[in-house]
Amino acid sequence: MSVSAALMGKPERHALATPILDNNPIGVQVLGICSALAVTTRLDKALVMAIAVTIVTAFANLAVSLVRNHTPSAIRIIVQLTIIASLVIVVDQFLKAYLFELSLELSVFIGLIITNCIVMGRAEGYAMANPPWLSFLDGIGNGLGYGLVLVLVALARELLGAGRVLNVQVLPLVQDGGWYEPNGLMLLAPSALFIVALLIWALRTWKPALQEKD
Amino acid sequence: MPKLDSTRYTILFAAAVCIVCALLVSVSAVGLASRQEENARLYRQKNVLLAAGLVEPGVDLPAAEILRIFDANIDIGLIDLATGAKTEPAGIDPKSYDPRKVRNDPAMSRAAPPNNAGLLRLPNTGVVYYVKGAKGVEQVVLPIEGGGMWGMLSGFIALDRDGNTVRGLTFYEQKETPGLGSEISNPKWQALWRGRKAFDADFSPKLTVIKGIAGPPDKDPHRIDGLSGATITSNAVSKLVGFWFSDKGYGPYLKRFREGTAT
Repeated sequence: MSVSAALMGKPERHALATPILDNNPIGVQVLGICSALAVTTRLDKALVMAIAVTIVTAFANLAVSLVRNHTPSAIRIIVQLTIIASLVIVVDQFLKAYLFELSLELSVFIGLIITNCIVMGRAEGYAMANPPWLSFLDGIGNGLGYGLVLVLVALARELLGAGRVLNVQVLPLVQDGGWYEPNGLMLLAPSALFIVALLIWALRTWKPALQEKD
Repeated sequence: MPKLDSTRYTILFAAAVCIVCALLVSVSAVGLASRQEENARLYRQKNVLLAAGLVEPGVDLPAAEILRIFDANIDIGLIDLATGAKTEPAGIDPKSYDPRKVRNDPAMSRAAPPNNAGLLRLPNTGVVYYVKGAKGVEQVVLPIEGGGMWGMLSGFIALDRDGNTVRGLTFYEQKETPGLGSEISNPKWQALWRGRKAFDADFSPKLTVIKGIAGPPDKDPHRIDGLSGATITSNAVSKLVGFWFSDKGYGPYLKRFREGTAT
């Protein structure tokens, strides 16, 4: 077996790819909804959040998996939480050093990655039972799956709510002499619920295997 | 595996995890601290420009551009906060001086007079930013701060040459409730301050954030719309602005500024 096959064989590809669509953390596992409502008013915020969650999930999975055979089961949850919390603080420090103004706008939500159910869910549900490299890929996959939904929701909200994409005006607003009347609801949290619901509906229609048998 | 479940091993394992994580966190915090402080300083300067209306809110500017606009338009002045007179104390570099940092230095600060703005100590030396125009000083930008709902609010308020008309307001540091009190950082709400009058005819401070909606600045010059769901934050802003415009704050200085004897 070549090195590339050992690093990126079938189980590895499976670990990386399934969380993006077939087992999407938001669309199928319905985890991490709260932050999906909060940081999706603008695409740039959603992108930074998606990258931050991907990094935290991947490295938390890696670390938890590395010590999984040495962790006393009585304290495994608090060990996972300590690892996740430390990683979140490190990510927060990097944001403050390199993306200062965006970090002010994301404010509490970076800190709240600690409570994002995806990170904890993957650490307990996957990394505790799988080897490090697979767990790392699973973390990346879940981060990307979460990011995909975040980006789609943010794209719809920023475009319909403010007529902009990545802060660039694409639909000229009525108040600036254009034709587009912005939909204010899109900038409020409830609109994200509607969009997430529509995405889940679309995903389950496209992949009927995801629908539960009554 | 009985070994994994022994109390001794559990405690040792927990301690090891804590040490490794603490090391990771402290290395990143210490390693990035200088960059973060640089960012915070730059953001303060940007907020001086925002209050003065020299840069638009929401526009992302490179650091060099902010410094260029700042250096081209702003003169920094130091004042004796108690008397309002211009000072040049030895050992203070106006460019890097931040009055908030000397609060705990007994040689450079004093106990604040009784106030409702949540301030315990005041710096002896205050810093003011003059905005230069074609006809001399056009505005003065004053640092303001006070206790909010969850932490200190720090911002700037810009006054016109008359020392009375508000030209702009910003808050660059606040820990208010996201979505409610944190709306004090919203440029739309800050824009409501423009054109209001800080003082009445007798120069006693009058500006307050009310409950509900205030009229346009020419009809309702002393009141600003409250933030719904954030009464405590709204009141805190009223109190801190009232404090800094009173004789305990910038009152003596603004008297000199209006008379043209401040510089």
